[in-house]
Amino acid sequence: MSDGVRHLYVHLPFCRHRCGYCDFVTVVGQDRHHAAYVDALLAELELERYRLLPRLETVFLGGGTPTLTRADELARLLAGLPPADEVTVEANPETVTSALAGLLRAAGVNRISLGAQSFQPELLAVLERRAQPEDVRRAFYHLRDAGFDNISLDLIYGIPGQRPDDIRRDLGEAVALGAEHLSCYELEAKPGTRFTRAHGDELARQADAMEGSFELVVDTLAAGYRWYETANFCRHPSGIDQRDLRARHNLAYWRGREYLGIGVGAVSTVAGRRWRNTPGLQRYLVALGAGEIPARDVELIDDATLAIERLMLGLRLDEPLDRRGLESAIDDEALERLSHLRLIVEDPAGHLTLTRRGRFLGGAVTTELMSEMPANTRVSTEVSTIG
Amino acid sequence: MSLARIRNFSIIAHIDHGKSTLADRVIEITETLSGREMRDQVLDSMELERERGITIKAQAVRVAWKGFQLNLIDTPGHVDFTYEVSRALQACEGAVLLVDAAQGIQAQTIANAYLAIENNLEIVPVVNKIDLPQADPDAAAAELADLVGCDPGDVVRISAKSGSGVEAVLDAVVARVPPPGGDPAGPARALIFDSNYDQYRGVVAFVRAVDGVFSPGESLKTMATGTAFEAEELGFFSPEREPTRALSAGEVGYVITGLKDVSRLRVGDTITSETRPASEAVPGYKDVKPMVFAGLFPSDSDAYPELRDALARLKLNDASLTYEPETSQALGFGFRCGFLGLLHMDIVRERLEREFDLDLIVTAPNVAYQVTTKAGQEKEVHNPSEMPSDLLEVEEPYIRASVIVPKEYVGAVMELNQERRGDFHHMEYLSEDRVLIVYEIPLAEVVFDFYDQLKSRTRGYASFDYDLIGFRPGELVKLDIMLAGDPVDALSLVIHREKAYARGKALVERLRAEIPRQMFDVPVQATIGSRVIARETIKAKRKDVLAKCYGGDISRKRKLIEKQKEGKKRMRQLGSVEVPQEAFLAVLNLDGERKP
Repeated sequence: MSDGVRHLYVHLPFCRHRCGYCDFVTVVGQDRHHAAYVDALLAELELERYRLLPRLETVFLGGGTPTLTRADELARLLAGLPPADEVTVEANPETVTSALAGLLRAAGVNRISLGAQSFQPELLAVLERRAQPEDVRRAFYHLRDAGFDNISLDLIYGIPGQRPDDIRRDLGEAVALGAEHLSCYELEAKPGTRFTRAHGDELARQADAMEGSFELVVDTLAAGYRWYETANFCRHPSGIDQRDLRARHNLAYWRGREYLGIGVGAVSTVAGRRWRNTPGLQRYLVALGAGEIPARDVELIDDATLAIERLMLGLRLDEPLDRRGLESAIDDEALERLSHLRLIVEDPAGHLTLTRRGRFLGGAVTTELMSEMPANTRVSTEVSTIG
Repeated sequence: MSLARIRNFSIIAHIDHGKSTLADRVIEITETLSGREMRDQVLDSMELERERGITIKAQAVRVAWKGFQLNLIDTPGHVDFTYEVSRALQACEGAVLLVDAAQGIQAQTIANAYLAIENNLEIVPVVNKIDLPQADPDAAAAELADLVGCDPGDVVRISAKSGSGVEAVLDAVVARVPPPGGDPAGPARALIFDSNYDQYRGVVAFVRAVDGVFSPGESLKTMATGTAFEAEELGFFSPEREPTRALSAGEVGYVITGLKDVSRLRVGDTITSETRPASEAVPGYKDVKPMVFAGLFPSDSDAYPELRDALARLKLNDASLTYEPETSQALGFGFRCGFLGLLHMDIVRERLEREFDLDLIVTAPNVAYQVTTKAGQEKEVHNPSEMPSDLLEVEEPYIRASVIVPKEYVGAVMELNQERRGDFHHMEYLSEDRVLIVYEIPLAEVVFDFYDQLKSRTRGYASFDYDLIGFRPGELVKLDIMLAGDPVDALSLVIHREKAYARGKALVERLRAEIPRQMFDVPVQATIGSRVIARETIKAKRKDVLAKCYGGDISRKRKLIEKQKEGKKRMRQLGSVEVPQEAFLAVLNLDGERKP
């Protein structure tokens, strides 16, 4: 597809505590492995470096809690990564000290995604977050003081017990802090998680009441922010340089670009293949300790599947989606129906844009618009190599 | 055998009064079957008959008793098969009328007794189950004597279960039932009282020879339908088929015709010789028309060919079942089937599901309507969705419903009948406690949840039977259900004008509750012509998004929407609205149970 991959994801799984609602690959209480893990990451990067351009567009360190990684190891890791235009690190508020903020800044990080989730203590308690509202604010100012001018806050709505006013208050706090970017997620109670077992009934009870929450979020943020992706908002271009404050790394996913992911459980999509590294920390460390690629699940992404994904992802954005190349994925009759319902608009050039209501119903619209096709993707496990 | 040594009789009874048990004892006592060959309900060969304790097909058996040839014809007891029963009775000269000593006369007892009397049969009244602790043989005998107009002392008292008194029944049959009439030397005539289909030999007619003698190999024909065939084999039942060289006037037996289509040999028709035909048919032949209709659709539309084949197979044995292809926007391809009544419908459905392993959706049953349009056109309508809009007059079938209940439930029964547009006909006390109530009531009202209501309002004490009494005009309207402006054909119904509002309201409320919200507001309306009589709105969904989606879970999210897409295939598409199958079934089942 390309002359080289431009986007790198680095997974840092360590957490002090696994939050009840989380379903990411995380590791608790393995502090002694930080050095070995950074070694392994850099080893995997070496093995895969041939796929990457020398200078990348974006690097994203996600977790887990990347900022929980020992400071010296984190610095060593950042120093070992290829240079990139946008370097984002996910941070949990309670881990952000003045020193850490300075370290990140000095290491070339230019964007921080801060997991605020809420500014209400009782809701943070429900989410089992360790940070208090003042930790969020303190972290934010440490980052500002260190020179970060592109900070994103994560907020969660739909928390058991949360009322519309709580949502307004959380958004108000985030806006007041002056965050450049906001990610607002509805709480996903994933089946089988501890959280769902504890709160599932309450979530089901408030489901109807929460139906308007998404609209509430969008409407509340409309004044100062661009709703550029289903769950993501950024400040409108501002200042002399008219910066585009969208998350460039995530935009790459939504635009169907290739990306390389390293670390336990990290996913890559390159040249018609998608693979996921083993989620097992020990297996990962042992393999890379021996200079071998870790065990991976590999999925072949053929053109038809890719088209479906591009449709699914592209419709999340506020920018028009070019139909060309997606013919196999789109059911033309459905497109007509959806246009008729004013959920989607097709311009003469064949670009698709969801209307405001279409975006609120984006999942249903995508399902409707998608042409029927056999699920022809295969999953296989290759133990040590991908061809 | 000389006519004087032959007795032809039926056993008639209300359900569970012991008809099959008595038949079993008769076969045992006369040593027609050895103990090794014997089993319960020996004449009921269908699995469904044994399970439900009912007789669906008529059966016959010839037994020998003290130098006499007795032909016992076992008839279906249910009202749906009244015509078949009446033909079976026509083949007899006498009937054993059996009543449970604990229950006394029930609705079917009376209906059967009247049928027997209409056919000029000698009735042998018998009280059964006299050994039950709660039995009151004197009371039952008194009711029975009153019904048939005999002396209570003439009522035979038995226990078919233990066999006590069964010999007396046979003696009474020989003594009281007259020998068959008929002219052994005349042109051959035989009455067809049932038929079945043998997959190797074709249609087998069950007959009562009236005049003359039939021989194997003879060329025969039916007098009403004119079907010609050859008597490939003649014989009698013991109770298996036993071939004979001749079937003579007065005898009951079978004719193997080799015909491949059971509908060409109708119950009630007369068989005669091609070479020396009789001049007149045995009277009483009727072309029985189905009165209750419903759409049968496979749940899985791929099973349509299986349903078609299964109906054809059932039809081989059941001339009264009719079906024609029907296409419903909501339910896809299926068949509009005609049944004699509700039990018949239920039996057909159950056999399709059980013997042919089909999973069916059955639309709410409706009756046949005779319609006159304003343009003066007359036609019979079997499907509410085909009801013309320019109606001048609609006639619907009426029945005479007989209900027997303990007297404390008279009020409840009358109330139910009044609610169902019934006209009171008469009421009589069968005994001090038990009352017969007769109403004339539209069949359509019985098709809809009547049995259930009757049962619950009388705590199960009511017994119920009915006769069709013809078509009568009614204030009937066609009620349509519109979903997002499009009519849902499978939900159209014909209903009395006064009931349309309540029914329409119930239907739209149920639809609103059952149909998941769509991407747009969906009005649900009940309409009569262009007039909307009830309306609800299924409000549009406000939100349906996948909360987040990043590089790590693109595959999972894609599989999720692919799964949703797959799920949509199982939806019923009603115009622009997608309705899950379960929701649609819930609305169809608003009509409550259909089982008698």
